[in-house]
Amino acid sequence: MKLTVQDLNSHYGPAHILFDIGFEVGEGEVVALLGRNGAGKSTTFRSIVGLVAQRSGRIMFEGKDVSARPTHEIVRDGLGYVPEERRIFTDLTVEENLEVGRQPKRPNAPHWTREKLFALFPNLGEMKNRPGGRMSGGEQQMLTIARTLMGNPSLVLLDEPSEGLSPKIVEQMVDAILTMKKEGVSIVVSEQNLHFARLISDRAYIIERGRICFGGTMAELDARPDIRDAHLSL
Amino acid sequence: MAFYVVQFLTGLASAASLFLVASGLSIIFGVTRIVNFAHGAFYMIGAYIAFTLTERLSGACGFWGAIVIAAFAVALIGVIVEMVLLRRIYHAPELFQLLATFGLTLMVEDLVVLIWGPDDLVGRRAPGFKGAIDFFGQNIPSYDLFLIVLSPVVLGILWLLFQRTRWGVLVRAATQDRDMVAALGVNQKWLFTSVFAVGVFLAALGGALQIPRDAVHHAMDLRIIVEVFVVVVIGGLGSIVGAFVAAVLVSELNAFGILIFPKISIILVFLVMAVVLIVRPWGLFGKPEAAARKTPGLTVNPWRPLTSNERLAALAALVIAATLPLFAGNYVLTVGSEIAIFVIFAVSLHFLMSVGGLASFGHAAYFGLGAYGVAFLAKIAGLPMIVCLLLGPLLGCMGAAVFGFFAVQLSGVYFAMLTLAFAQIVWSIAFQWVSVTGGDNGILGVWPSSWAASPGHFYWLALGVAALVTVALRAMVFSPFGYALRATRDSPLRSEAVGINAKRIQWTAFVIAGTTAGIGGALFAYLKGSVFPDNLGISLSVDALVMVLLGGVETVSGAVIGAIVYKALNIWLVSQTDLSKLVLGGFIVLIVVVFPKGIVGTLEMLAQRRRKTSPPGSPLLAKPIESVE
Repeated sequence: MKLTVQDLNSHYGPAHILFDIGFEVGEGEVVALLGRNGAGKSTTFRSIVGLVAQRSGRIMFEGKDVSARPTHEIVRDGLGYVPEERRIFTDLTVEENLEVGRQPKRPNAPHWTREKLFALFPNLGEMKNRPGGRMSGGEQQMLTIARTLMGNPSLVLLDEPSEGLSPKIVEQMVDAILTMKKEGVSIVVSEQNLHFARLISDRAYIIERGRICFGGTMAELDARPDIRDAHLSL
Repeated sequence: MAFYVVQFLTGLASAASLFLVASGLSIIFGVTRIVNFAHGAFYMIGAYIAFTLTERLSGACGFWGAIVIAAFAVALIGVIVEMVLLRRIYHAPELFQLLATFGLTLMVEDLVVLIWGPDDLVGRRAPGFKGAIDFFGQNIPSYDLFLIVLSPVVLGILWLLFQRTRWGVLVRAATQDRDMVAALGVNQKWLFTSVFAVGVFLAALGGALQIPRDAVHHAMDLRIIVEVFVVVVIGGLGSIVGAFVAAVLVSELNAFGILIFPKISIILVFLVMAVVLIVRPWGLFGKPEAAARKTPGLTVNPWRPLTSNERLAALAALVIAATLPLFAGNYVLTVGSEIAIFVIFAVSLHFLMSVGGLASFGHAAYFGLGAYGVAFLAKIAGLPMIVCLLLGPLLGCMGAAVFGFFAVQLSGVYFAMLTLAFAQIVWSIAFQWVSVTGGDNGILGVWPSSWAASPGHFYWLALGVAALVTVALRAMVFSPFGYALRATRDSPLRSEAVGINAKRIQWTAFVIAGTTAGIGGALFAYLKGSVFPDNLGISLSVDALVMVLLGGVETVSGAVIGAIVYKALNIWLVSQTDLSKLVLGGFIVLIVVVFPKGIVGTLEMLAQRRRKTSPPGSPLLAKPIESVE
């Protein structure tokens, strides 16, 4: 398994947010983490990369337990994270944003260069020197993904990549994610949008109020409309 | 005409060191969000080490080598400080960071005297720049010309460093979003350490380059840090270009201010700063900041009024304290009066910083103004004591009204820096305006009337006023005004949204706190029989902060306990050692790192833990208030 999460519990101050979260991601797989607003998708991702201080449980990445390690070490091991809020460095240009994400080549992961990323996201190539603060939401979404790919990750946590984007940009996003998959990057993508998830994912988990309540292939999920209707707003 | 050109060039040359130190402070603040109070101390160490090295190493190479080596050596000291101390307090509230770095400053002041002695040291002239250039009959030292060229060169180098290197890109990214930089695989620890090293290097270089112009002495740290705070407030914290422009501006204002107001040249700088703050509160080149962490402590537990038992206990303590003159001697009574006065001072600051969330680093200004108010009335107008005591604090009130108006336009570290700068300005006026204030000699012979002249009577007076003030301020905490003030502290946006005029409430609190401090100062003048500029100095402001911190920032009664314990300890310490600043500084650092909740806070925490075994109240009420903005 590329990534195994077991018994993950997280707290923000006094509030218990995640309850015994567990899921797996295979080599080269695209797995969707589905759930409504506030279900705990982003907290799950933030906990995996160590951005939530109060967390417990086992997080095995490429066979090593990373749950006690600082964020930058987890990321340097090849576990990339794309935050939902995008968090572009608004004062930095596109190229400088990419530079922040740059990490050395990794033997077990595809190697991304600026040129390759500009081919994947042609819009970015046309605005290399534009400050991040003066880009549209869609362009920022592409930049945040490209920035994480500069770290040559073998697995990427993609937090709600389709959120707030126009249908045309969402299409581009689907293509980009499929290209990443083809290159061999494992992906966990959190989504509220089932249609988007279906276009890219092999399997899906559903999270509701901090608990995993379904796990299976997309076909299995389609066979259970009751679960889909109970936990996902369409 | 030539004279003015020379004056202008002198100003430009002075700007060089100011720019180096201010840019270092700005760079460090940008990434670590710490306003490094100890920056002046690093500047001073740079000057001292460079002095020693330039004396030892000969020749031109020796001189310039010494300057550079000194800067690197101090940068190394900075790295150690960062790794040992600052790494522990990056997530602490701003107030604690400011205090911890101030504690360092105090320690350094005593250390340099220990190592280099208390006398001013006059350094070597720079080889190759010993002469002066004749400019239409006026002399311009050639070293000044060197400094004038140096600052834009440093500005250019810094610009290249930040725009053209990976390190610079990472630093700029971290300035905006530290966590995201970590989430891209960058080790923040080393980034912070390297940034701190660069900032300290610049400060030390500024100090080292100063030795051919000025004598090296052990008070140069505070002088530069106040000017640097003024520079970054004007230029905008975090902006290097802003630091450059503002350093030039402030230096020129100083250079020409001397011609216009020879005695109080600093007024001109103050006026410009006031205008900038009104027009652009975040500085000429700064960016408006989102509402920062505002609560003074780590967590603020909701407060409750005292229970009737606790009231009885407080009353009993007061009665016991009042029996002191029945058995104690004159020395103890004088110490007791001083402690009572400092209780007044500490509760006034506590009101401002714990209730209002406005941590003032210059609260002594209003204490001292109260003292000077009394001295003016008693000595110049010849009014009786009771009138002076009632009217004297009004000077503190007026000072607080003027400075407070500007100060509450800002928050957090800007507020702290500005209040410190204001206090230093008041101090400079008291120090320089000899014809009115007596300057360093102070105003002597402010003695109480016969009814309060005996130490016992004076003690009762001080104790009575302290009790009244404490009760009044406490009652205010639980009044509608107190609720509104606490609302602006905990959530500025939400309190505005329910119709509270935050700025006016904070200004009112500032004036109340300033007036109360003035009452303490008025009594202090009569206790000592004299008034000196030190009564409004920085060290007194910091004493008050430490008292509140020692008692517990988050408690309502901590200030009283803190003042008593601290003042008693301080009086004892000064009688025991010459190195009181070293001990005090170490003590401050220790509280911040080990007991951030103070005496009363720690006791409350222990009591709460014990209570946890019994059925708890509403669990949500005891939880930290997290800022949601």
